[in-house]
Amino acid sequence: MTDSIAMTPVARPFAKSSFSFSRIAIYVTLFGAAAVYLIPLVVMLLTSFKTPDDIRTGNLLSWPQAVDAIGWIKAWDIVGGYFWNSVKITVPAVLISTVIGALNGYVLSMWRFRGSQLFFGLLLFGCFLPFQTVLLPASFTLGKLGLANTTTGLVLIHVVYGMAFTTLFFRNFYVAIPDALVKAARLDGAGFFTIFGRILLPMSVPIIMVCLIWQFTQIWNDFLFGVVFASGDAQPITVALNNLVNTSTGAKEYNVDMAAAMIAGLPTLLVYIVAGKYFLRGLTAGAVKG
Amino acid sequence: MSTVAVAKKASPLDALQRWLPKLVVAPSMLLILVGFYGYILWTFILSFTNSSFMPSYKWVGVQQYVRLLDNDRWWVASKNLVLFGGLFIGISLVIGVFFAVLLDQRIRKEGFIRTVYLYPMALSMIVTGTAWKWLLNPGLGLDKMLRDWGWEGFRLDWLVDQERVVYCLVIAAVWQASGFVMAMFLAGLRGVDQSIIRAAQVDGASLPTIYLRIVLPSLRPVFFSAFMILAHISIKSFDLVAAMTAGGPGYSSDLPAMFMYNFTFSRGQMGIGSASAMLMLGAILTILVPYLYSELRNKRHD
Repeated sequence: MTDSIAMTPVARPFAKSSFSFSRIAIYVTLFGAAAVYLIPLVVMLLTSFKTPDDIRTGNLLSWPQAVDAIGWIKAWDIVGGYFWNSVKITVPAVLISTVIGALNGYVLSMWRFRGSQLFFGLLLFGCFLPFQTVLLPASFTLGKLGLANTTTGLVLIHVVYGMAFTTLFFRNFYVAIPDALVKAARLDGAGFFTIFGRILLPMSVPIIMVCLIWQFTQIWNDFLFGVVFASGDAQPITVALNNLVNTSTGAKEYNVDMAAAMIAGLPTLLVYIVAGKYFLRGLTAGAVKG
Repeated sequence: MSTVAVAKKASPLDALQRWLPKLVVAPSMLLILVGFYGYILWTFILSFTNSSFMPSYKWVGVQQYVRLLDNDRWWVASKNLVLFGGLFIGISLVIGVFFAVLLDQRIRKEGFIRTVYLYPMALSMIVTGTAWKWLLNPGLGLDKMLRDWGWEGFRLDWLVDQERVVYCLVIAAVWQASGFVMAMFLAGLRGVDQSIIRAAQVDGASLPTIYLRIVLPSLRPVFFSAFMILAHISIKSFDLVAAMTAGGPGYSSDLPAMFMYNFTFSRGQMGIGSASAMLMLGAILTILVPYLYSELRNKRHD
């Protein structure tokens, strides 16, 4: 995870690398805290492989008496279908909102027109809006369109309400590119899409990655839109997980709960481990100016 | 547009080229205007009607707002938000700054430690809530573990304690977001001018003094951004409550977002629900407007 956003360590004049009491204290604190951060994940994994009896007799961090995959099997039976719902919602929504964001960002940085700044301002505001203010009208609209309780409806919702962030990413990225480049191409007679495809797109790989990962994490992890617009068969995995965990019928099977939570969490966790630097950049680019 | 006059003899193709950028953003513009601002206006209107299970457009003035402010549950939710938000923001900032400073001391395995601190941010709040609900389970969670480990008198039943359940939300939320705060401050620390620090050292200032007096004050913009993000997360917090407590016991751990969902979609009281959504918007605006104002003013100097 070495990255260009100045995350590489620089020589600190006062940080002597020799061993001293304070150095040891720093290391102990840092690794101790890392262990604390890891505990919930470890507990989830351990619990998911235990039997209900084992859960009652042991404790959170006790090793399973016998590694038992029944929790995972049962969990997949319950939430597996909703996992695929999440895939069906996330993949198209991420791709479409990224394409729209790239085009919007391109126009807002390279082809400004009267009112484009206002448009950008309205968009920027959209990044911060509490979605509670749009839920009711949006659900009326989806109903009218016949898209209530469908994955297609959720794709539409995620595209519309994800657009603010995707546009912001690309706009801030392209603003930093000298427009002399584009002006020269325009004088040579290159058109709107030619300039975009030939000049800007090839240098956009980092921001495309940031945008894809940001959107993937946001949409996969969404619960509010899922629970409001798609209860029942079309619900995403977050909603299914919440229903599973919060049903009060029958004996609680914590191994199943934890396995289901892991299933819901693994895709974003994997993306984070594989592409952590883009993930972090997305987090900061969205909020600290890009 | 002054360039339009020059290109008077333009062919239809050129005209298309000129309009293309606007055509490309037009659909987005429309969606933003309708889907954001139009819908907010719609919700605003609904908050002045007697809408219940179905939307109705019978004007009742501020009656829904009056009912909302008379509602004990709304006050519990609002007070919880102040308590939750205050603790969540404060603790996350302290932890984030502390670990960022420690990590900035040329630490071996820094990348690994950073990755560990930040991974909860990749998880859904529903997953976080599920995990912490289990960890804080009275009788089987940490409660039992610490007793098993020999701390006989240990009790941890905050999750079912009306007075303390909000702290459970704070713990889970801090676990999720503090690594992110750390990453923001670490990036900020790496941008601090080394010569200033060296000069202070020559003057004989101690390391804590240098950080408290010189380095951290220079990171004011980072504090500001982190505060904004955390405040925003707390006002919108809905999934964490849903997964961990569902607002309970009773409605003792309700937050405004949960209140809005409950009244609008479960209890069929759209009017009150809309009114509560508008108050949430108001809360966001009071922290957002100063922020955007200063951001835009800074940008103008670029």
